[in-house]
Amino acid sequence: MSNWNRFTDTFFNAKVMVKYLPDILSGVVVTIELALLIVVTGIAAGLALALLRSLAIRPLNWLIIFIVDLFRSLPPLVIIVLIYFGLPSVDLSPSGFVSTWLSLAFVLMAFSEEIFWAGILAVPKGQWEAARSTGLTFLQTLTDVVLPQAVRLTIPPLTNRTIGQDAAMISGLKKVWISASTRTWSRPSGPPPRRG
Amino acid sequence: MNNPIVDARGIHKHFGALHVLKGVDLRVAERELVFVIGPSGSGKSTLLRCLNRLEEPSSGSVVVDGIDMLDPRTDINHARQRIGMVFQSFNLYPHMTALGNVTLALRKVAGKSRAGAEALGQAALERVGLADRAGHTPGQLSGGQQQRVAIARSIALEPRVMLFDEPTSALDPELVGSVLEVMRSLRESGMTMIVVSHEMGFARNAADRVVFMDEGAIVEQGPPAAIFENPAHERTRAFIGQIQRH
Repeated sequence: MSNWNRFTDTFFNAKVMVKYLPDILSGVVVTIELALLIVVTGIAAGLALALLRSLAIRPLNWLIIFIVDLFRSLPPLVIIVLIYFGLPSVDLSPSGFVSTWLSLAFVLMAFSEEIFWAGILAVPKGQWEAARSTGLTFLQTLTDVVLPQAVRLTIPPLTNRTIGQDAAMISGLKKVWISASTRTWSRPSGPPPRRG
Repeated sequence: MNNPIVDARGIHKHFGALHVLKGVDLRVAERELVFVIGPSGSGKSTLLRCLNRLEEPSSGSVVVDGIDMLDPRTDINHARQRIGMVFQSFNLYPHMTALGNVTLALRKVAGKSRAGAEALGQAALERVGLADRAGHTPGQLSGGQQQRVAIARSIALEPRVMLFDEPTSALDPELVGSVLEVMRSLRESGMTMIVVSHEMGFARNAADRVVFMDEGAIVEQGPPAAIFENPAHERTRAFIGQIQRH
């Protein structure tokens, strides 16, 4: 076999590609499912925390700030490892899927809480005063006057966060997922050719 | 004064170490138009905001239309419905149309149906001369029009008292007239109004009483002619002199 043939046989082997295409596609499907799940739950949880924070209950806010800062500062992979390898020691054994979902959703929750909170703070105080002066309650003001404006302000940074950074993380994990399924069939083709 | 509709007594307000209101008494009769003037930082806006409890007085009592505004058992949201407020910076909701701005509290606070609220809202816009702007958002309106929508938002709730916090200070000079015109027609309809403003011409023509405040206290008050032409206190004289020089 010529060098060229050995190269194409190793890296562009049509037979192997066709055989394992379904596995790869199913990995892609899992990735998309995971991504959607993370985005929906992460952003929903972030919004919920921001709303709780707007109630200005001091001890609760300290807790929220602590949780948010924790998940913003820990590398996502560390969180995954903690959940996947750490939780079994307290008799919880989340699957790889659940571990990935939980850890990345927590990270997105933390970042989106900060983004929503910034959006709420960015709505001028006069909006609160005008609404409250007509008799609207705190909650009505929040849902009907402040949040619609805050959400509009948060769309660009939230999109950036979700697409830009979490997509990168998910795609990184996708490589793990796909290579996890590829490892089983890459082994029989022998040791990798030595470079040099 | 018998049965004042606004009865504020001994209002003190501290912001930290700052003593902004030092025992202010203000009684306003029904259908009266009271003008509050005074130098910047004299506490006029804070006094106004204490009347609907946007600002919590440190001590004192505020009774509006028979409701004790500072009683913790008072349903403050219900009470505020009866007290309209117009702000210097309009504070219209930018994500809603003019009609949406006017109908929000009608639906959420007064409990009107959408159709009922829209009929009342349209009528309120009519009163400020903006019936044809109902579908415009604040961004599509001039400052004067925005302030008139803000007035419509308040009067749609049929308040017993209207508070105006420098309603024309943020407007270009040529737009001030349209807002004062609406305020004048409100006055003619018998609305009780407390106005913080430096529109001296309007005060002279329309006010029943002018209150001069300085350093957190009422220095003197009286009919506009007396305050403007013949002020009793040196500080009032200095202030009137300063604003009339321009």
